[in-house]
Amino acid sequence: MPLVNGGKIVDDGFVKLAVDTPLPERGDILVPAERFLGEAEGLLQRAGKVGVIWPNNRDIAELVPYLGRIAAVALVFPTFRDGRAYSQARLLRERYDYRGELRATGQVLRDQFVFMLRAGFDAFEVKKQADAEAFMQTARRYSVFYQPTGDGRITALHRRMQLRHSEGVGT
Amino acid sequence: MYAYDEIDRTLVNERVSEFRDQVKRRLSGELTEDEFKILRLQNGVYLQLHAYMFRVAIPYGTLATNQLRALAHVARKYDRGYGHFTTRQNIQFNWIKLAELPDALEDLAKVGIHAMQTSGNNMRNVTSDQWAGVAPGEIEDPRIWSELIRQHTTLHPEFSFLPRKFKIAITASDHDRAAIRIHDIGLRLIKNEKGETGFEVLVGGGLGRTPFIAKTIKHFVHGRDILSYIEAILRVYNQYGRRDNIYKARIKILVHELGIEKFSREVEDEWQHIRNSSLQIDDEVIEDIRSRFTYPAYEKLPHMPDELRQAAADPDFEAWRKNSVAPHKVQGYSIVTISLKPTGGPPGDATAEQMDALADLADKYSFGEIRVGHEQNLALPHVAKRDLPALWKALDKLGLATPNVNLITDIIACPGLDYCSLANARSIPIAQELTRRFANHELANLIGRLHINISGCINACGHHHVGHIGILGVEKNGEEVYQITIGGRADENAALGTLIGPGVKFDEVADVVEDIVEAYLALRERPEELFMDTVKRLGVEPFKERVYATR
Repeated sequence: MPLVNGGKIVDDGFVKLAVDTPLPERGDILVPAERFLGEAEGLLQRAGKVGVIWPNNRDIAELVPYLGRIAAVALVFPTFRDGRAYSQARLLRERYDYRGELRATGQVLRDQFVFMLRAGFDAFEVKKQADAEAFMQTARRYSVFYQPTGDGRITALHRRMQLRHSEGVGT
Repeated sequence: MYAYDEIDRTLVNERVSEFRDQVKRRLSGELTEDEFKILRLQNGVYLQLHAYMFRVAIPYGTLATNQLRALAHVARKYDRGYGHFTTRQNIQFNWIKLAELPDALEDLAKVGIHAMQTSGNNMRNVTSDQWAGVAPGEIEDPRIWSELIRQHTTLHPEFSFLPRKFKIAITASDHDRAAIRIHDIGLRLIKNEKGETGFEVLVGGGLGRTPFIAKTIKHFVHGRDILSYIEAILRVYNQYGRRDNIYKARIKILVHELGIEKFSREVEDEWQHIRNSSLQIDDEVIEDIRSRFTYPAYEKLPHMPDELRQAAADPDFEAWRKNSVAPHKVQGYSIVTISLKPTGGPPGDATAEQMDALADLADKYSFGEIRVGHEQNLALPHVAKRDLPALWKALDKLGLATPNVNLITDIIACPGLDYCSLANARSIPIAQELTRRFANHELANLIGRLHINISGCINACGHHHVGHIGILGVEKNGEEVYQITIGGRADENAALGTLIGPGVKFDEVADVVEDIVEAYLALRERPEELFMDTVKRLGVEPFKERVYATR
């Protein structure tokens, strides 16, 4: 499954651990939420970056105490019709000010890229190679956005206000 | 009328190009039907019994004449020459070809019409009072706020994959024509003691398998906070709404399971986090949207013009005028409802020719504006009273002057088993038979206001729960059986109907309705006591007795 990060297909630097996989001595790891919460201090003290795979039915606020010390959060789309992780993503970015990697995993298709970018995701485990290759093209598909989110894109309402004021100059 | 600016046009065009790519990927096999299903539903495309069905949004029920002509064009070029107006200010085309859909969308985009979120588990077309902006006594035009919410809910990055569909309706009149109490969120525009605009917010209404009337979650949310408050409701719903069972996934179930107090506390907590954010709306934003609604330059006209006085001698005209013409907020003007319920016809259908002709009439007599109501009728919102006789003649020629608005033959019905893959029973033929039984205008008038709503399955697209008489088709041992309720209503006093007894066969439905009506005529205290009031006064028993005495 190709990983898109920074708009490009890249190698995944993280190794995903299951609940019971032995801990590798070095290297960056992505750990399921339950395991992470159970042995957080140990994991965080070891060399290598730590990321957490967070299920979409668990309160994201539980992760807040660790946000300054983890390198990645992977949120899960069990099917692409299940949109809970969009709310989790926005809370992480906009309420808890999380700045590390925010990764979308699960059934990720090109048709979600714009929504995901707007919700704050910056890394994508894309299900299909063709979709991963079409990332940049798809991400640029929309130039107009009606809602303000933490991604900073200017909204239609805001743009209209700017136009109004610039038209107002000199009249 | 709201006029799209370059920003709105760009977004609609970008959406068309995205959908074109999605259709291309489906046709090439790159997308599985399972994947494509969710994507097409986000854009109003269902797979029905015989073909794809295409549902197009008419936000808050307002159409310009060039838009109505574009709908006629789609009916003619891509479909079989007609369209079906639904109970949520949409129009459906039943015979569309998948490969041609992107072209149909592109044709509609040219006049600012789209099909975004007319189906799927997202925020649906925002609906409102079809008399918005012209109804006497209205607090203010709810379409300004409807448009604000339409924009905010379009391609929302957080709430496009909700547990289930989500419907918002807005009214600004005491008499609720938008059925806000059967919506996921109902907004009643009101003023506070300082004269500021805000909303009573209701939540958790809906029909279907488990019907609920919406409950008030907050008595006053200031207009500037309405987007953040809606966002807070949706965020709670997106996270906690059930996704394990499609029949328990609507917000009404979450509200019911948590209780309105706990649910409102959750919303309140979330709202406190986001109310002072960029979601706050300042007056300038509202003014900007308001400035893109155009209002007619009304003339100063007499209350009772000569043309109207003279036409009053014609009983057919008078029958129509008394039935279909309503007071307008400006003296000398009227609101004209156009019945799409001719005797023997499928409720809510209009042909391409009718749509084109109606567009011409709207240009001539209604400042180029048409409205669509949830009762599946159309309206011309600004007709000068002096033009009523001429308009009536023209409508009559088109078969659009049936004087049965709000009467027993003004039936709401879903497409039913004739089209729909979810249906268990036919709806349209039941409606057609009833319009024939009660075709006599004197009889229908004598009965007075009486709404019959028909659904062909438990999903309740025909709003049977809130029909004064509700008819629900189900399947029992391979046969169509119809359950009859009475006493439902969808207005400001919304209530769910009560079942009168065991289901009846297809052939018996019209007889049963006749029995109910005869019972009502015998039981009412005076001619002004409406069917609804008699049912309220006496309960269902006397009706039940009458219907089942001989069955």
